[in-house]
Amino acid sequence: MGYRTDWSVVPESLDILLKGVLLTLEISIIALMISIAIGVIAGLLRVSKSKPLAFLATCYVEFVRGIPLLVLLIWIYFGLGRFFRLGAYWAAIIGLAVFSGAFVAEIVRAGIQAVPKGQMEAARSSGMSYYQAMRLIILPQAFRKVLPPMASQFIILIKDSSLVSTISAADLTLNAKNLVAYNFRSFEIWTAVAFLYFAMTFTLSMIIRHFEHKYKVVE
Amino acid sequence: MISIKHVSKSFGTLKVLENVSLEVPRSHVYALIGPSGAGKSTLIRTINALEGIKAGEIHVDGVSIHSPRTNINKTRADIGFVFQSFNLYPHLTALQNVTVSPINVKKINLKEAADKGKELLASLGLHDKFDSFPGQLSGGQQQRVAIARSLAMDPKVMLFDEPTSALDPEMIKEVLDAIRKLATTGMTMIVVTHEMGFAREICNQIVFMADSKIVEVAPPKEFFGAPKTERAQDFLSKVLNH
Repeated sequence: MGYRTDWSVVPESLDILLKGVLLTLEISIIALMISIAIGVIAGLLRVSKSKPLAFLATCYVEFVRGIPLLVLLIWIYFGLGRFFRLGAYWAAIIGLAVFSGAFVAEIVRAGIQAVPKGQMEAARSSGMSYYQAMRLIILPQAFRKVLPPMASQFIILIKDSSLVSTISAADLTLNAKNLVAYNFRSFEIWTAVAFLYFAMTFTLSMIIRHFEHKYKVVE
Repeated sequence: MISIKHVSKSFGTLKVLENVSLEVPRSHVYALIGPSGAGKSTLIRTINALEGIKAGEIHVDGVSIHSPRTNINKTRADIGFVFQSFNLYPHLTALQNVTVSPINVKKINLKEAADKGKELLASLGLHDKFDSFPGQLSGGQQQRVAIARSLAMDPKVMLFDEPTSALDPEMIKEVLDAIRKLATTGMTMIVVTHEMGFAREICNQIVFMADSKIVEVAPPKEFFGAPKTERAQDFLSKVLNH
């Protein structure tokens, strides 16, 4: 065992790693926004009375949940990329958003179904349309209920984003791979990478916890 | 005002309403009583189409409730409904619970809706609870907020589905008082209830349901004094002599 650690490579590589952090954050945050939109729509369709729409949403959720993100990214980058000139950047965002959206959809569905039936009945009996009741009464309550699982999902999204390195998006992981290929300091660099991912996910965790307290409902 | 004609309904093979007919004239208060499983709640829920029906017709102020041509959202805005379990919106304050539908359904401006909501809550003895969330209120207070929420829509009729059944005994009175007060304003109402004293005191007619049918309709004096049907006699002997 002749590996001697040399932590001096970490500060030397910090600018490159931080550049990677920026791209990871950028891709993750944009993908997160899109995945919320996809997830809310697909989640609403899953509980809708329209059988074909519910079926369509179920197909999306089941299929995307069941395939590896890596394959999805490659399909989008090389497959879709043939028809629309997608760079690695947008292929990464779309891949992550579509993938995470399927999980968000399930969380949203569970959240909607966790709101007692009487809430929809009360809203409808006062003259609200189904969509008004969803928007004003059901979703705000569902949103509060799903914050904890949503936090986990977004943490997974940030960590999953490391896979975009395989389609050449220069995120934290790709930059780290390149650094290691150059200085062979895999232990030090990857440990630094772990800390940086942790810093991102922990911050996110704290932000969501703040919302949880802010919107806490006395039941 | 409320006209129910030959209404039938079943859940699978279980008949829950069998050829039910009832006319409630304007400004009258009808109590719907009977044993559990008689179909009282189902019947009252068909009046604002929370439940569908298999056969028959229901009209409220001339509007056919179950006709596919009826704008059900618009019609429901005219029918107040108070639930056994209150069903207040837990993420909104008492005042917001009362104003959310006037603002979003009737498009009344915020200021006007808030003024009216405060007036309604105050009239129900909740002048210091405007900003409380439902979870911070007692059952009786919650049910009064729910009544205010229904009244805020200026309904033509009010339906109460066992409004006091989920309440602690000491809170029943405050809710019954609110309904009693409402009766004096000339509101047309149907109240599903197990409160026989209340039914006897404020209702114009007692509607007795059993086994998915209306068995007897009579003024309180007659009904409680000398029920005609054996089913009603049997029921009353069980609920009154204990």
